[in-house]
Amino acid sequence: MSKIIASAAINGAHKIVGYAEKKVKEAMDKFGANQDVAFPNTGYYLPIIYGILGYKVEKLKDMEHVIKVSKNLLPPPVKEKYHLPYLGPVLDAGMATFFAEELVEAIKYVENPNIYVTGEDPKDDNIWLGAADDIIMRKRGVEFVDGTAPGFAATLGAPPDSKTAQKIALELQEKNLYVFMGANTEGRTMSEQLIKEGVQIGWPTRLVSFGPEVSAAVFAIGFATRAAMSFGGIEPGDFRKILIYNKDRVFAFAITFGYVSDEWYANGAGCINWGFPVITDTPTPEILPTGVCTYEHVVANIPHDQIVAKSIEVRGLKVTVTKVPVPVSYGPAFEGERVRGEDIYLEAGGGRTPAVELVTSADMDAVTDGKIEVVGPDIKDVKPGSQLPLAIYAEVAGRQMQPDFEPILERQIHHLVNYAQGTMHIGQRDIAWLRVSKQAVEKGFNLSHLGSILHAKFHQDFGKIFDKVQITVYTEEKKVREILQKARSIYKQRDDRIAGMTDEDTDPFYSCTLCQSFAPNHVCVVTPERTGLCGAYNWLDCKASYEINPTGPNQPIPKIAVIDARYGVWKGTEEFVKKASRGNVTTVDAYSIMRNPMTSCGCFECIAAVLPSCNGIMTVDRDTAVMTPSGMKFTTLAGSVGGGNVTPGFVGHSKYFITSKKFIAAEGGVKRLVWMPKALKEEIKDRFNKRAAEMGMPDLLDKIADETVATTEAEVLEYITKKGHPALSMESIF
Amino acid sequence: MPEEKKHYSDKASIEAYENAKKDNILTVYDRAEDLRPCPIGSVGDCCKHCGMGPCRIPAPKKEGEKRKAGLCGATAETIAARNFLRMIAAGSASHSDHGRSVAEIFLAAAKGEIPGYKIKDEQKLLALALDFGINIDGKDMKTIAIEVGEKSIAQFGQQHGELLYIKKAPEKRQEIWRKMGVVPRGIDREVVEIMHRTHMGVDQDYKSLMKQGTRAALADGWGGSMLATDLQDIMFGTPVPVYAEVNLGVLKKDQVNIVIHGHEPLLSEMIVVASQDPEIKKYAVAKGATGINIAGICCTANEILMRHGIPIAGNFLQQELAITTGAIDAMVVDVQCVMQALQNVASCFHTKLITTSHQAGITGATAIPFNEHDALNSAKAILKTGIDNFPNRKNVAIPDIKSPMIAGFSHETINYLLGGSFRASYRPLNDNIINGRIRGIAGVVGCNNARTTCDTNHLTLVKELIKNDVIVLTTGCSAIGCGKEGLLTPEAAMEFAGPGLREVCETVGIPPVLHMGACVDNSRILIAATAVVKEGGLGNDISDLPAAGAAPEWMSEKAIAIGQYFVASGVYTIFGGSAFPTTGSPEFTKYLFEDMEKIYGGKWDYTNDPVEMARKMIEHIDKKRKELGIDKAKGRVLFDMADRRELA
Repeated sequence: MSKIIASAAINGAHKIVGYAEKKVKEAMDKFGANQDVAFPNTGYYLPIIYGILGYKVEKLKDMEHVIKVSKNLLPPPVKEKYHLPYLGPVLDAGMATFFAEELVEAIKYVENPNIYVTGEDPKDDNIWLGAADDIIMRKRGVEFVDGTAPGFAATLGAPPDSKTAQKIALELQEKNLYVFMGANTEGRTMSEQLIKEGVQIGWPTRLVSFGPEVSAAVFAIGFATRAAMSFGGIEPGDFRKILIYNKDRVFAFAITFGYVSDEWYANGAGCINWGFPVITDTPTPEILPTGVCTYEHVVANIPHDQIVAKSIEVRGLKVTVTKVPVPVSYGPAFEGERVRGEDIYLEAGGGRTPAVELVTSADMDAVTDGKIEVVGPDIKDVKPGSQLPLAIYAEVAGRQMQPDFEPILERQIHHLVNYAQGTMHIGQRDIAWLRVSKQAVEKGFNLSHLGSILHAKFHQDFGKIFDKVQITVYTEEKKVREILQKARSIYKQRDDRIAGMTDEDTDPFYSCTLCQSFAPNHVCVVTPERTGLCGAYNWLDCKASYEINPTGPNQPIPKIAVIDARYGVWKGTEEFVKKASRGNVTTVDAYSIMRNPMTSCGCFECIAAVLPSCNGIMTVDRDTAVMTPSGMKFTTLAGSVGGGNVTPGFVGHSKYFITSKKFIAAEGGVKRLVWMPKALKEEIKDRFNKRAAEMGMPDLLDKIADETVATTEAEVLEYITKKGHPALSMESIF
Repeated sequence: MPEEKKHYSDKASIEAYENAKKDNILTVYDRAEDLRPCPIGSVGDCCKHCGMGPCRIPAPKKEGEKRKAGLCGATAETIAARNFLRMIAAGSASHSDHGRSVAEIFLAAAKGEIPGYKIKDEQKLLALALDFGINIDGKDMKTIAIEVGEKSIAQFGQQHGELLYIKKAPEKRQEIWRKMGVVPRGIDREVVEIMHRTHMGVDQDYKSLMKQGTRAALADGWGGSMLATDLQDIMFGTPVPVYAEVNLGVLKKDQVNIVIHGHEPLLSEMIVVASQDPEIKKYAVAKGATGINIAGICCTANEILMRHGIPIAGNFLQQELAITTGAIDAMVVDVQCVMQALQNVASCFHTKLITTSHQAGITGATAIPFNEHDALNSAKAILKTGIDNFPNRKNVAIPDIKSPMIAGFSHETINYLLGGSFRASYRPLNDNIINGRIRGIAGVVGCNNARTTCDTNHLTLVKELIKNDVIVLTTGCSAIGCGKEGLLTPEAAMEFAGPGLREVCETVGIPPVLHMGACVDNSRILIAATAVVKEGGLGNDISDLPAAGAAPEWMSEKAIAIGQYFVASGVYTIFGGSAFPTTGSPEFTKYLFEDMEKIYGGKWDYTNDPVEMARKMIEHIDKKRKELGIDKAKGRVLFDMADRRELA
């Protein structure tokens, strides 16, 4: 009987909006109407209100308008007999609920700026993470875009016991889903239950403890709303598109545990606007007919051991879970898990012992597929807390195998090993660092499982380009050093080869439309000298990806003919971009920021923007939260260039691209760069100085301002004038 | 009693009819027993288009005998077709003249020339302006309203080109109309051309005649009627769901009962406003009443129900019965479906029959012509006449029977209800048609007819349809009948609907039968059907939809015009009640009942058995489901990332 749901949701919405109205009044009395109000470090204000209404809440007084809108949306209570139709009104009540709750949560930040922890991880004295800032949203958003995370489960309340909570959380993690936890059931929260069971929660393990109250649901919905704006390129206030985008592309759903109060129903009604269905574990009424959601809207009374599977089915989500023969859980959700201190059983690399990873190709006859060998002591042979040298050496063979694919396979080792629950992997090549936890060892994990993982996953993901793989894990120091030496000479050859590749003598280029799942108009043109703007895909990656999946998101783009060498325009890229963007983008300059810069999906590592008075450009990476001289933080810049639009004067790019010869070559290249964050300078220092030296300007980096010397355009100009920056003597950038 | 022939199906009417009988007051069913329909005229076999006739040419009694023609040689086909066309002309003219009155007042209101009328729904005004191709940039509401008003009025007298509304139809439908040459040029022109072409000795080919019939019918549905609906909505508000009561029991013993009957809401809207005037209320109290009770009959009733929740006293065949309660102090009428017998009945009671339209002189009635320039005072004068009459009441016998109902389902409201303010769309309807919870859509509309038991065909048909998961859209007297039976409540879904439809009704909180307004508002059904097409997944044209229409108790010429514009819009349309008016010519009837489907995708049909009617409609709906490939259940589609990338 959906009348019961309607009636409860409308009552709940009235209560929540009434409460918000009271809170706004109290806050205005206490802090004054002009008190600033915001979620931390976001360019999207209060994102649900901003996304749906296009209205910016910046001061407490701005909240009055939202209260008015919410009250107007509130329908009258549902009459017992001969009631008026309620579906539309209930959905409006749900929307009003989210507006009101977003105000309430924002006021919490005003009352206590430390109400929630900042960053990705809970702390011992405060486990609640609150609103995800834009850094988290973009970083995690990429996973939603490339499919590493197909969606999220927003949970309300807690199961009856913590063991059940742990099981459900694990099951969701194994399906690669994020778990956004809010609200409590009779005081119990799922987040606390997981901590009790020793489960690591926080963004890195996808178990996100948003808040203990039901209003924390707005953090999940706000995340989804921002995804539509930042990746979908939908304008704030274009509510219909934002909601349909979520229905079609963000595979989220809500699970409730225990008694469903009026307020919870109101939140559920809100979720349905986004196309997110609600699955309950209690005998609530159901709403089975489809329409606003893709399938059912409310499905009730699902036992805990079936609730994850049922939720995924109701949402219409296909999750392909890869089975890997290891005794621990395995999947991207465990990638961010840390192994620390007391928990460490075995450690290798990280400066403590030598560690190296290498993939090479070999003749078919020289490789026995599936052969896994551990040479030297294994975990069973050492005590808890031990350290060992480590070399992971994979030899692959196959008719399609090319030496160019070796580094691609090798780079997978990092995340593939990390996916195993109870392992922590950092770095690559000869700076690899591995930890294995006591919990994993308890479950039977040993070093041969590193081989099992690589064998299984290489075949699953790259089976098209090779036929056989054998893995040897060395822990004998002498053998490890031998491999290390061999590896270093191979690394050098590889680096030289890729460094020698130029756009001029390479054909074809490759496209990347991986992000079209979220940004339907965006097309990356990846050339040897220009990596994808996310930094995750270079030309070789795209080439390999094409070999693996010839109809996939990476397609060869034959250059056909050069149209404009300076700007980076080819007949082939023009034709391709036009077709792949479905006519929305007709031309792209690969090397320009000013004329027709490449579109951005929203996954960019950095955004470059013109600083007109400096006759140059600045760039800022997504980990930098400071105000930039453009007058916008990264988040605001990102909001204006994402979503598959061509925005002259702005371009998204990878960190690596900064030191490419083709970096805004049309406008004069890296000599135009007048500002970038200090941390980014540090990170790319070596490569940058090398490139600067090639250009005959070895001290260029020093002439570039950063936030420690300039935060406004005027200050940048002053600094670069003082330093004699080359941009000032170049022709006008316009 | 020998043959207890049932005239009415609702208890209020049965009680009122028996009371009237006791007092020897004769009403429509009594007259129906005395006067049988002419067997030749009723099937279209009588031509009186010239002074040489009337020529009656019934089918020969013996097989093989040659059929007679008219003096001029007109065949049965031509005669039936010409008669049919003249019905269309009359029907189209009636709706369109209604539309014209509305448009004239709309323009005057836009210009600010008539106090009391204003623009109430600015959103709809802007939407209509865009439909009419008016550039609204930088213009204020008044300018836009004036332009809309001028364009609207121009639609009536336009001589060339196409009516503006044609472009609202699905593109495929427009192509069919253009190919057939039936796109109306101007509303009036098409009616005039029918009168010309059906004059003695002009158009003598039934197919050629029907092209013009179709063109005039489309000028009604996609012209005059649609204008009337849209402009009324803009001036008086687009209907939203509203609770109200229906049947004779809504009349009040202690209040001044003013019953409004007819079709145009222009005056009745003002009467509603005036009835809330404190002075008027006081005046009523001074005369011994506790207040003023406005109630409606026929389509005016539907208009003020939809927009204000004003109760309905009854439908067409209850107009005389309402007076026989002795409780009506004034019955205010304008145009269409007002029986001439009313004044006779009224004269047996204290009831004042007040005729307000310049177009409708009624012998014996009090004439208070409606002056749009002083509408509120016109309304007050009418109310005062009724109030003054309150002390003259004699015996009052109001059947204590009424039913609750939910009305107000405009196209815009349905769109909102299915997704709220932020996701408004027909998607849930389409989805649930595709997945089979809803089998199809039926429009059940039209009149009551004293040749059948009042409402029975409607009710039997509607119950059969909803039992089989077909959602019903209703207007006019059919809607009122459904209201009396309790079918317009959400509770009716539990009692009468099939499991799939019931589930959808529960989800949305709607009745299984949706009241969309007056008969002129059948245009809302066309727009709703178009919205379903445009939402996607159910074909490219109205004729692809699993949908059907019916007027199971037709009597008015307007019903014929409506039927023809539905058929030409691609809808299978079935009539019941009186005999179908062309069956005297099997060849012409075959053209309407069979051949027309090949041209327009819709066709006519007839049966007076409502169960059979439901069967035929469902059969058609199932045929369309099969053609769409939605006759079998489809599995759930699960999406992965690659599928998401494929989304355009």
